[in-house]
Order: sequence, then C-alpha cells, then structure tokens
Amino acid sequence: MLRFILRRVLLTIPVLFGIVFVVFAVARLLPGDPCVAALQERATPAACAIFNARFGLDQPIPAQFWIYLSDIASGDLGDSISQGRPVAEILVERLPLTLELTFFALTLATLFGILFGVISASRHNSAVDVGTMIGANIGVSTPVFVLGLVLIWFFAVVLKDTPFVLPPGGRLTAGISVVPLAQSWGMTETEGPLRAAVDFFSNMYVLNSLITGQWEVLGDALVHLILPAVALATIPLSIIARMTRSSLLEVLGQDYIRTARAKGLDERGVVLRHGLRNAILPVVTVIGLSLGGLLAGAVLTESIFGLSGIGKMITESVTSRDYAVVQGLTLVTAVIYVTVNLLVDISYGFLDPRIRLQ
Amino acid sequence: MSALAPGVDEPVVARPANLWRDALRNVLAQRVAQVGLALLSVLVIMAVAAPLIATHDPDSTIGIDEGLLAPDAPPELKGPCIHLIGCPAERPQHLLGIDRNGRDVFSRVVYGSRISLQVGVLTVGFAIVIGTLLGAVAGYAGGWTDNLIMRLMDVLLAFPSLVLAIAIVTILKPGLLNAQLAIGIVAIPVYARVMRASVLSIKERDFVVASRALGESSGGILLRRILPNALTPLIVQGTLGIAGAILDVAALSFLGLGAQPPLAEWGSMIGVERNQLFNAPHLIIAPGIALSLTVLGFNLLGDGLRDALDPRLNR
Repeated sequence: MLRFILRRVLLTIPVLFGIVFVVFAVARLLPGDPCVAALQERATPAACAIFNARFGLDQPIPAQFWIYLSDIASGDLGDSISQGRPVAEILVERLPLTLELTFFALTLATLFGILFGVISASRHNSAVDVGTMIGANIGVSTPVFVLGLVLIWFFAVVLKDTPFVLPPGGRLTAGISVVPLAQSWGMTETEGPLRAAVDFFSNMYVLNSLITGQWEVLGDALVHLILPAVALATIPLSIIARMTRSSLLEVLGQDYIRTARAKGLDERGVVLRHGLRNAILPVVTVIGLSLGGLLAGAVLTESIFGLSGIGKMITESVTSRDYAVVQGLTLVTAVIYVTVNLLVDISYGFLDPRIRLQ
Repeated sequence: MSALAPGVDEPVVARPANLWRDALRNVLAQRVAQVGLALLSVLVIMAVAAPLIATHDPDSTIGIDEGLLAPDAPPELKGPCIHLIGCPAERPQHLLGIDRNGRDVFSRVVYGSRISLQVGVLTVGFAIVIGTLLGAVAGYAGGWTDNLIMRLMDVLLAFPSLVLAIAIVTILKPGLLNAQLAIGIVAIPVYARVMRASVLSIKERDFVVASRALGESSGGILLRRILPNALTPLIVQGTLGIAGAILDVAALSFLGLGAQPPLAEWGSMIGVERNQLFNAPHLIIAPGIALSLTVLGFNLLGDGLRDALDPRLNR
C-alpha cells in the first residue's frame, strides 16, 4: 500500500511542475513589458530597474523560470499591485472562505448525489427514476449564476416574511462578528508562518466558531452558507447522481447480485452492501473531478453572493489588471485540484484491493 | 442487373446496411435525443428568423420613447405586458418587459440565440480542429512526440477550466472573441485524448496496414482511413462540449470578461442587470431560462447520440 501511495505521489510531481510552467509561460506571454503591466503609471526607468531585479526579469528566461520556481517554493507569490501587499497574505485571508464553501458544496453534492442515484437505480424505470433523471438533466444544464440569482430571489424576496427566508449574501449578519483564533488562544503577539496558519484556520468561520464554541456565529455562518452551497452543488450533484445510477444499474445486473437475492438477502442489503460498494469507484472518480467545476463555480458563486473568497478576488484582479494575483490564485487553485485528485487516486487503493496490487 | 439473361430471376438482394441511415434512425429512436432536437430546432429557428420573431430592434431603447422609464413612471411599467392576457391596450406591449435602458427583453433574448449558437459551434469547432490534430499526431507518431503532447494536455486538464480561461482572458483582454478563444484552448485536451485513443485503437488494424502497404502516405492514412473511424466519439464529445462551451462563455460574459454590452448575449444580459434582481427578476429569469434550455438541448442530444452511436451500449 505504501509503495502504491508513493508511486502516485511521484507521478504527480511532473504535473505540478507543468502547472508552474504553464502559469509562468502565461505570465511571460503578456504583451508588453511586465514592469509596465505591473506598475502601470508608476513604471519609471528607476522603478523598473528595481522591479526587474526583484523578480529576476533582467536574467535569461531559463534563469527566470528557476527564480520563479524557488520563489514559489519559499511561499512568495509576488505582490498585489492594487492592494500593495503579498499575494500569500491575501491567500491566508481569502482562501479559507473558498475552501469552506467548496467543502460544503462537495458534501451536499456527494451525499444527495449518491442518495438520488441509489433511489433511482433501485427503482429503475419507475416514476421516481424518470423524475430524478429529468431533474438531474435540468440541474446539469442550469448555469451556476442563473441558479444562484434565482435562489436569492426566491429565498430572500418571495419568502421574505416567512420563516424560510435566507440571507441573500455575505458571510455573517451585520452586528455578528467572529473572534479570531489568535485572540481566543492569546497569540496576538505571535508572528510568522505559525500566525499565518492560525489566521488561516481562524478565517474558516464555521471551523473557528465550532472549536471555540461561538454558537451564535456558527449558526449564522451556516445559514449564510446554505444558498451559495446549494447553487454551487447543483451541477456536481446531478453528475454524481447520474453516475451512481448508471454504475449501480450495471452492477445490479450481474450474476452475484442475483445469487445474493436468491439467498434471500433483503433488498436493502443487496443494493447497499453488495451493489453500491462495487459501484462506487467511478462515482469517487467523478467526485474528484467535480472539484474542478466547484473551484471554477466558486468564482461565480462568490461574485453573486458577495463572498470575498479567492474566486471573487480573481475576477476583481482581472478587472484591475492585477496580474500577480491572477497568476498566484490560478496556481493555487490548480494545485488544490491536483492534490485532491491525488487523494482520490489513493483512495481507490483502499476501495478496491485489485488496484493497489497491480 | 439488367444484364441478366431473360428468364433468370433477379437475385433478391437485401438492402445494404447504410451506416449513417442506421445511426440516424437509432438517434431518432432515443427519447432524450428527440427532446434535445426539439429544443435545438426552436433555438435554430429563433436564430435564423430572429428579425421576424423579435418584436423590436434588440438595441433600440424604445422604452424611453414610450415614456416607460420616466422618473415618475411606476416601476411595474417595466414588467412584461401582453395584451392577449389582459395587459391594458393603452400600455405598449413588451412580451418580457424592458430592461434598465428601455430595450425590449424578448427581442434581446431572441437575438441572443444567434450569439449562443455561434459561440457553441465556433468554440468547439476550434477546439476539435486543434485537439484532433494534436491527438492524431501524438497517437500516430508515438514515442517522445506522443509523450510531450499528451503530458502538456495533462497539465492543461489539471486546471479548473474556467479559472485557466480567466487567466487567459486576462492576457488577451476581455471580449467575446477572446473569451471564446480561452474556452476553446481549455477544451483542446478533451478532443486530443479522444482522437489519440481512436488512432491507437485503429492504426494497427489490417485495413490501415494494407493502405500503408499500398503506399499511402501518413497524411492520407490519417485523413482517409483513421479520421472517419474516429468521428463517432468526436461527434458525441463535441455535442456535449458545445453545451459546456456555451455555459462557460456565458459565465465569462456574466463576469464582464466576455461579451461586452450592449451586445445581446444572455450571460452578459444577466450580468449587467443582476442588481435589478429584487425589483425586476424577469431581466434575469428570461435570459436565464433561454440559456438553460439551450444547454439542456445540447446535453440531451449529446446523451442521445452517445447511446445511439456507441455500439458497446447497444441494448
């Protein structure tokens, strides 16, 4: 098993290297002088000389790539021009929200996707099955931004005076604020990577309020996450439901399932223990792949619900021409995506012994 | 047949199986494909006959001339007004209401179908041409060429598509054509993989070996022997890809990185009017439904094509 994991990890390294290379190449493809692009009206010859020396732009291209690579390895993703501070600092502030949102959406999509898929497959060709699949087709075809806006309109406008009203955006209701972990743990004096790590987890409001017992904040943060998470989860949920259904239908048609039924096993046991366990592998693949859609969808969801995560940051940076931020966030998003799919790959080994023995 | 001697019965020959006719019949037998085709027919008719269907010029600010946007005019004047279902005759008719600039929303949605169709076909067309070429070369040449091309494709696939597209648009500057180019580039790996897989499965087959023995050039073999046999998966993938391309380009336009106002593009229409959600939801819902139905149409047709054309799935 250890060898299997090690091989998968080693196979990921060239891909990570390629990602850095593509982001680097994209940066160098920029039309015009990177210094002028980055500093804009402040790009005097003197300022450019300093800028070029800081980012190694006065060196040949292979050397530049090496500098870029070592900068990234030491956690330096460049500086945001519009905010005048390191991209890494912005990440600590904004990435937690995106991770929280994506995590909730992925959980929703996985739980309900598998549930609907199993119901659909075990009642093949029934009205429930047809209805679920029509729903899944519509779900897959509805753009995140349309669904998000319609959800806001329905839950914040139409249901305004009912108990079902949900907030149209933001992370917390005005007046409610979360106590940072650094403050709860008396680490306000701490600096450096440790403090960054603490701040990072502190900015996941749900996690933060859960460990420090700020129940009012926890409830409020969760209520604010419902609509964005549902909007974001709908497409992967539909895809997971369809995949679960078709994979389970294939497995349920096999001989050993008939044997299990003939032995008198109850239908629940047949479908869940004998069927689903063997049908789950392609579903897990789809769950891993849908993370790409979720990270991309987060850009739209955050923009609609006014959530300041990295998705919203990317859009804002394109508008303000903040190249370093776009590059840094693109890089981080891709690395998260690859890492999660590496974990999915490794999980096959646990789910299917045949794979780890190969 | 007429050359047969008189008195000899003409042999009864079964009508030869026509691959394309059979495929078409298979596709039309699928219920999902029927629904998909119906939706797409409506879309195509809307796009072709837009000037006949639309009630107004999509860019004219007719509502201003009609006084619907006057500061003292009640806001419900901006909503849909259909005379047939009881809207007072003295109010000017706007089937789906007007937007903030006084333009007729119905007409803009109708004209938007032209852009969506163009976006889907051109974007995927670009990705298929480049992807097929790369995949064919990789599969046919093998060795380090194959390795180089496919590892590059792996890296492109390692980015969430919309995020990479945003990074590309940042360089190219926002605009509909650049958004299409970005989404097209991001979609290339899918077609390269499909094509490479087809080439690998076909290139050692007897009829290809025979062509090579007869002295046909590599280009000829690729174009005349291998490509026709790889078409089916490309068509299926392409149809589903159009749905994805339309969604992604609309998403870029929604964010302001694709189609720019005043172009009647559905994603951009929603993006520009998103703040009107609370008092004029029809401005978002009308283009939203049009967009969803279009994507649904291509998705259903793609699913139907896959079920009909993939012999392994024939049940």
